[in-house]
Amino acid sequence: MDNLLSITTFIPAIAAAILAIFLRGEDETAQRNAKWVALIATSLTFLVSLFILWDFNPKDTGFQFVEERDWLLGLQYKVGVDGISVLFVMLTTFIMPLTIAASWNVTVRVKEYMIAFLILETLMIGVFVALDLVLFYLFFEAGLIPMFLIIGIWGGKARIYASFKFFLYTFLGSVLMLVAMVAMFAEAGTTDIPTLMRHEFGSETFSLLGIQIVGGMQTLMFIAFFASFAVKMPMWPVHTWLPDAHVQAPTAGSVVLAAILLKMGGYGFLRFSLPMFPVGADVLTPLVLWMSAIAIVYTSLVALAQEDMKKLIAYSSVAHMGYVTMGIFAANQQGIDGAIFQMLSHGFISGALFLCVGVIYDRMHTREIDAYGGLVNRMPAYALIFMLFTMANVGLPGTSGFVGEFLTLMGVFQVNTWVAVVATTGVILSAAYALWLYRRVVMGDLIKESLKSITDMTQREKAIFAPLVAMTLLLGVYPSLVTDIIGPSVEALIANYDTALAEAATASKFAAASQ
Amino acid sequence: MQADLTVILPEIVLSFYALAALLGAAYTGQDRMAGMLVWLTAGLMTALALWIGTTGEGTRTAFDGMFNDDGFARFAKVTILLSAAAVLVMGQEYMARRDLLRFEYPLLIALSAVGMMMMVSAGDLMALYMGLELQSLALYVVASLRRDSVKSTEAGLKYFVLGALSSGLLLYGASLTYGYAGTTLFSGIIEAADGRAPLGLLIGLVFVLAGLAFKVSAVPFHMWTPDVYEGAPTPITAFFATAPKVAAMGLFARVVHDAYGGIVTDWQQVIAVLSLLSMFLGAIAAIGQTDIKRLMAYSSIAHMGYALMGLASGTVFGVQAMLIYMAIYVTMNVGTFAFILSMERDNRPVTDIMSLNMYSRAHPGRALAMLILLFSLAGVPPLLGFFGKLYVLRAAYEGGLAWLAVAGVIASVIGAFYYLRIVYYMYFGEEREPLETGRSPVQWGFLMASAAIMLLGIINMFGVEGMAQAAAATLVN
Repeated sequence: MDNLLSITTFIPAIAAAILAIFLRGEDETAQRNAKWVALIATSLTFLVSLFILWDFNPKDTGFQFVEERDWLLGLQYKVGVDGISVLFVMLTTFIMPLTIAASWNVTVRVKEYMIAFLILETLMIGVFVALDLVLFYLFFEAGLIPMFLIIGIWGGKARIYASFKFFLYTFLGSVLMLVAMVAMFAEAGTTDIPTLMRHEFGSETFSLLGIQIVGGMQTLMFIAFFASFAVKMPMWPVHTWLPDAHVQAPTAGSVVLAAILLKMGGYGFLRFSLPMFPVGADVLTPLVLWMSAIAIVYTSLVALAQEDMKKLIAYSSVAHMGYVTMGIFAANQQGIDGAIFQMLSHGFISGALFLCVGVIYDRMHTREIDAYGGLVNRMPAYALIFMLFTMANVGLPGTSGFVGEFLTLMGVFQVNTWVAVVATTGVILSAAYALWLYRRVVMGDLIKESLKSITDMTQREKAIFAPLVAMTLLLGVYPSLVTDIIGPSVEALIANYDTALAEAATASKFAAASQ
Repeated sequence: MQADLTVILPEIVLSFYALAALLGAAYTGQDRMAGMLVWLTAGLMTALALWIGTTGEGTRTAFDGMFNDDGFARFAKVTILLSAAAVLVMGQEYMARRDLLRFEYPLLIALSAVGMMMMVSAGDLMALYMGLELQSLALYVVASLRRDSVKSTEAGLKYFVLGALSSGLLLYGASLTYGYAGTTLFSGIIEAADGRAPLGLLIGLVFVLAGLAFKVSAVPFHMWTPDVYEGAPTPITAFFATAPKVAAMGLFARVVHDAYGGIVTDWQQVIAVLSLLSMFLGAIAAIGQTDIKRLMAYSSIAHMGYALMGLASGTVFGVQAMLIYMAIYVTMNVGTFAFILSMERDNRPVTDIMSLNMYSRAHPGRALAMLILLFSLAGVPPLLGFFGKLYVLRAAYEGGLAWLAVAGVIASVIGAFYYLRIVYYMYFGEEREPLETGRSPVQWGFLMASAAIMLLGIINMFGVEGMAQAAAATLVN
């Protein structure tokens, strides 16, 4: 099986094509068939991806399962995974069957809904396995189309505004990256990502429109890529599309958005920004670190003031992504290990939290915090699961949330103590907003008349949460499962980064001496 | 002499066919023959396109260099003939049901196609002008084909007056060029303007470029486009949006490289500015449109801006990028107009975007095809429209126009808004009066084929990339 990655990537797309071509009608049978086809396809994808994990050799820091084929314009269809990307592929294939199962209650245009999610899965896996710049961009951008439709067709009341904002915001961020990619293609003559990682782009200071640009080309390209990934991440202050998109998206859309789509930004930083433009990254590191610290504190405070549950969790996502960017740009082993760990763990936790909101939204059709209270009386199982994920979100030791936060904070402490100090206050704030949310929704007496007949979780809902609970606890008590796989690749990444910086420093010293 | 005639054989065949058919139809069935003539003309054009595409090789010139038959001309001719044939066939049913199907219509299109073939082969300013006028005169007439409609006649008249003005500009530039270069042959002009050009020749160049910019509807010479697109009957609009644009772009490339190839830096700035303005005006002005034909007019202005971006780079790769862009553009437009042609309610054509409300409910297949075409027009990956943009962006960057590339992608984000708006009506809107689109299987076929090409073309672009490369190599020395 030498094309395991392509198979994994395209199973969902093939299933989508089958649905589009062969499934007719809108009656109940057709709807049920669409759901089952989607569930089987996503589960099959997950099973196939397990083979990748099984055969993956963590000691090898290069790319594995590589497939190569020539394509247009001197580009290549080239895919492969290394220690950094393999777990993101796993995260995607793991989450998708759960989101399909969580959408069992959808009744409007079920066929199109399933097609959109299946296409989206192919594109998301493609982002993490692509080893060609343009191929990466293709998958990265194409994901906007199904997500735009998911928000626009199956979203809430203000879905039109949210879907347009989502599309145009992220599109604007990405096209600048496209120009930088074209520039890289022209400078290096190739779009092969492993080759580009070894290529040294110019870092001599030059002036553009009268502004001295330290780090030269590298800084400009870093900024162009940053524009895209920071929006996708999302980082403060370009995070404003996220709360809108989250609130309006259907539950499954929110889950995919929080659990997987947001990780593309962080993955992009690790795959492109650090290895390809080390000098540019080094120049702008203080800025990024402070932006992350501000994001953590500011969005945590904003989260405190929310009245909509989904919006609160959305802001909490932005805050948690702040830890990720902080860890990545600390550029040491703990920081980057922690950042990747945090992304994976946030994938499980935030996904589960949005599912928790979905459970009660399906029953009451409102996300207002004020509309709830005392749910523990009628929904004990729900209260337990919600509490587990609230605690994980806060970063309680024993859950996966703790490991990521702790590692990133430790990493950044070695680089910039003040940023670490500011960011640590976010841990306290996250406890405040998450526990307060939990108290208002679940605790207390059940006094609201409308809630008197609410039912607890069904078997299907419990089954959806079971894998997420298992993963959150497992990674919380045994984090080496992840760090053993990512460790060697991260180590290699950091070694290359430090060498490149040292070389650039000597080169500029020579240049200064010869003047 | 005989050798010359074999070089222009396809043009001779097409013009003789047009004249013979004109006489034949006038003496026999007149408008009753029209339906058959449409198919006959389209068939002949397709046959000619296949003939040119498969048999032609090498570079031949005729009439002492006034007419070139090279890879570039052949690529453009095949694109022109195929798109003209496609537009003729898919508009036939529309014209017939609205009593517009006169027998002159297919023949005028054929004659204008002869003009276009002449344009892309021109090797001399006189040959250029001849081709351009033959093309334009035929188009002026078909624009006002609906004689009893004020809008249609207005469109024709407007096109004629402004077209005459642009011809004047072009002729003025041509005469200045002749005055300073001493010849109208491109091969002579390029010798006279090698590296440095006399001032008069530069002024001539600017006037020639202005005349050509009018034909490709580049800003600031675009004013006629929205009105003519809106006023002309839809099949004619579809024609305006496709073949003449390819011909004018081909002519543009031919003139700047063959005649003014020695002073690249001089025309590069002019084209870069034309490109910049077109991209932004096309993107911004389309936002407020409610008529889909007007919207497509601004969309085509923006697309011409991107094609000009490729040309502005002044390199072989730039010409290749432009050719690929035009081929993709034409394919997208054929599909989109096939859909617009099919839009109707109670037997009356509808062009209001609002009428598409919740269209995806009633016709999921067609809506999906339109969705693909719209995202392709917006340049969103993974569709072929994105690759067109990628080629011109790379050409611009390599030609030292990184600023133009940055401006281009920003304009594409602005432009994405109005394509998304159509998607919004089709998929998120509210249900209103239903729209009928199911009459013609031919239109359905073109819509679906065009959408399929946008999706499947990303695998290898059906080999167009290599052809465009070979074509560009023969043009730029």
